[in-house]
Amino acid sequence: MLEIRDLTTSYGPVKALDGVTFTAARGKITAVLGANGAGKTTLLRTVSGLIRADRGNTYLDGLDLARMPAEKMPGLGLAHVPEGRGVITELTVEENLRLGALGRADRSRPADIDRVYSLFPVLESRRSAVAHILSGGEQQMLVIARALMAEPKVLLLDEPSLGLAPRIVVQIFELIRGLVESEGLTVLLVEQNARSALSIADIGVVLDLGRLVAHDEAAALAADEKLRHAYLGF
Amino acid sequence: MQQLLTTSLAGLTLGMVYAAFALALVLIWRSTRIVNFAQAPMAMITTYIALLIVDAGIPYWIGFVAALLSGLVLGAIIERVFIRPVEGKPEMNAIILTLGLFVVINAVAAIVFGSHYRSFPVPFGLRGFEVGDVTVALTGFDVFSICSVVVVMMLLLALFRYTDVGLKMRASAFNQEVSRMLGVKVTGMLTLGWALAAVVGSLSGLLIAGGDLVYPSYMDSVVVYGFVAAVLGGLDSPVGAVIGGLLLGLGLSVVSGYVGSELVPLAALSILIVVLLVRPSGLFSHATARRV
Ligand SMILES: Nc1ncnc2c1ncn2[C@@H]1O[C@H](COP(=O)(O)OP(=O)(O)O)[C@@H](O)[C@H]1O
Ligand SMILES: [Mg+2]
Repeated sequence: MLEIRDLTTSYGPVKALDGVTFTAARGKITAVLGANGAGKTTLLRTVSGLIRADRGNTYLDGLDLARMPAEKMPGLGLAHVPEGRGVITELTVEENLRLGALGRADRSRPADIDRVYSLFPVLESRRSAVAHILSGGEQQMLVIARALMAEPKVLLLDEPSLGLAPRIVVQIFELIRGLVESEGLTVLLVEQNARSALSIADIGVVLDLGRLVAHDEAAALAADEKLRHAYLGF
Repeated sequence: MQQLLTTSLAGLTLGMVYAAFALALVLIWRSTRIVNFAQAPMAMITTYIALLIVDAGIPYWIGFVAALLSGLVLGAIIERVFIRPVEGKPEMNAIILTLGLFVVINAVAAIVFGSHYRSFPVPFGLRGFEVGDVTVALTGFDVFSICSVVVVMMLLLALFRYTDVGLKMRASAFNQEVSRMLGVKVTGMLTLGWALAAVVGSLSGLLIAGGDLVYPSYMDSVVVYGFVAAVLGGLDSPVGAVIGGLLLGLGLSVVSGYVGSELVPLAALSILIVVLLVRPSGLFSHATARRV
């Protein structure tokens, strides 16, 4: 469970996140929606320690993450798939995956790369390929697979559908849904593509100019026509 | 025929030593986007450490290993103390800093070790091998130079390719933020990179010094040749640095053997200018793999 309390983050004089409070429940997908510039990426980057909050805290199963450096997060069970993919393009597919496993909390057992390959068979067929030759969809699968190598409790996903063909988006979303159901993974899913995100999310929160303006069941948000027109663009 | 063989063998040995120095520059450039001009005086310091040990009557090999180990420590200290504050700052800061270190370390060495010439020992003879009645222009020390550089390169290759630490070092060099998100302590990897680079730099310093004279600025020209070799190889590629070093060694050896040794520095700079004009990304790097 990930509790976000009064989180406030600025870039110089600009407040990108302003007193945001909500909880991402265990074993659920919480979609974070809002227009471009609403503060969604800033929220994830603050939670994962890449930028410091001015105020507020994040608790992962009760543990305060506010002063944790970013490199401690995977060991605590938090994995972050950044916006714009974040594949290390100079490394091979398998090296990216091995790297993902190095930060996991329980290193008593060897990393289970085969499990990830069975979730993403396309990656296994390209295991020795340098990552920069992968297609956009394959790169997105690689970063998600790499995050899973750390065996996270909580997965932060920043716009996984960006720039991908609808067919690939469906495939990736179904896979995430499957992981949540089979392993009790907690997911915070940031999306501009609100319609698709709400179709797989349990809960949705809506940000506008850094503030939380709605927080409800995904189905209720999708049914709220005024909200959809005002903030979700569909 | 005899002269061509002599020239190429000399070029091969020299090229290996330049390759090592170029590799030291590339390891640092790749991870921190800094050209470490101070690599030359750092290697000079560690060579003096070996010299002090050998002059105290202790065997050459202990001095040799001590120089490499002190390179490791010196590289780590320089990164932590001087380089850390300028990492991620405008590139000019780092250039001025490493040039400043270059001048300061040379000056301090002149005070501590004296600026007179001292001869540096070799562990093997400096006579060529005799094959029948022909003397091949390859000495025992040349063979040792080539082998030691090859061994160090193999070890580095194995480290980068097969170990977790090597993977983390490469990841940190390519993408610091993503590496941090995956749990890599990037600052530690950068320190380790500088430390290993300084070991390789120290090795080339020891090999240049062997059987020759050592004085505080004896490595100054090597930083130029090493830099040319690194640029030939694309500055980003360890393999490119090695090939660049070998090509430069052979090329300069031909110039020195057939044209005149006084033209060698000029030839090196001409090669640098031609490469920068014609193929600024180096002879081997493919543009897609480069990032800014
Ligand atoms: N590095 C930055 N420096 C300054 N302002 C930034 C930076 N990153 C984002 N912002 C600003 O913060 C606000 C929120 O941005 P972001 O979190 O990227 O939004 P989203 O991910 O919802 O599109 C925007 O107004 C954006 O311009
Ligand atoms: Mg964003």
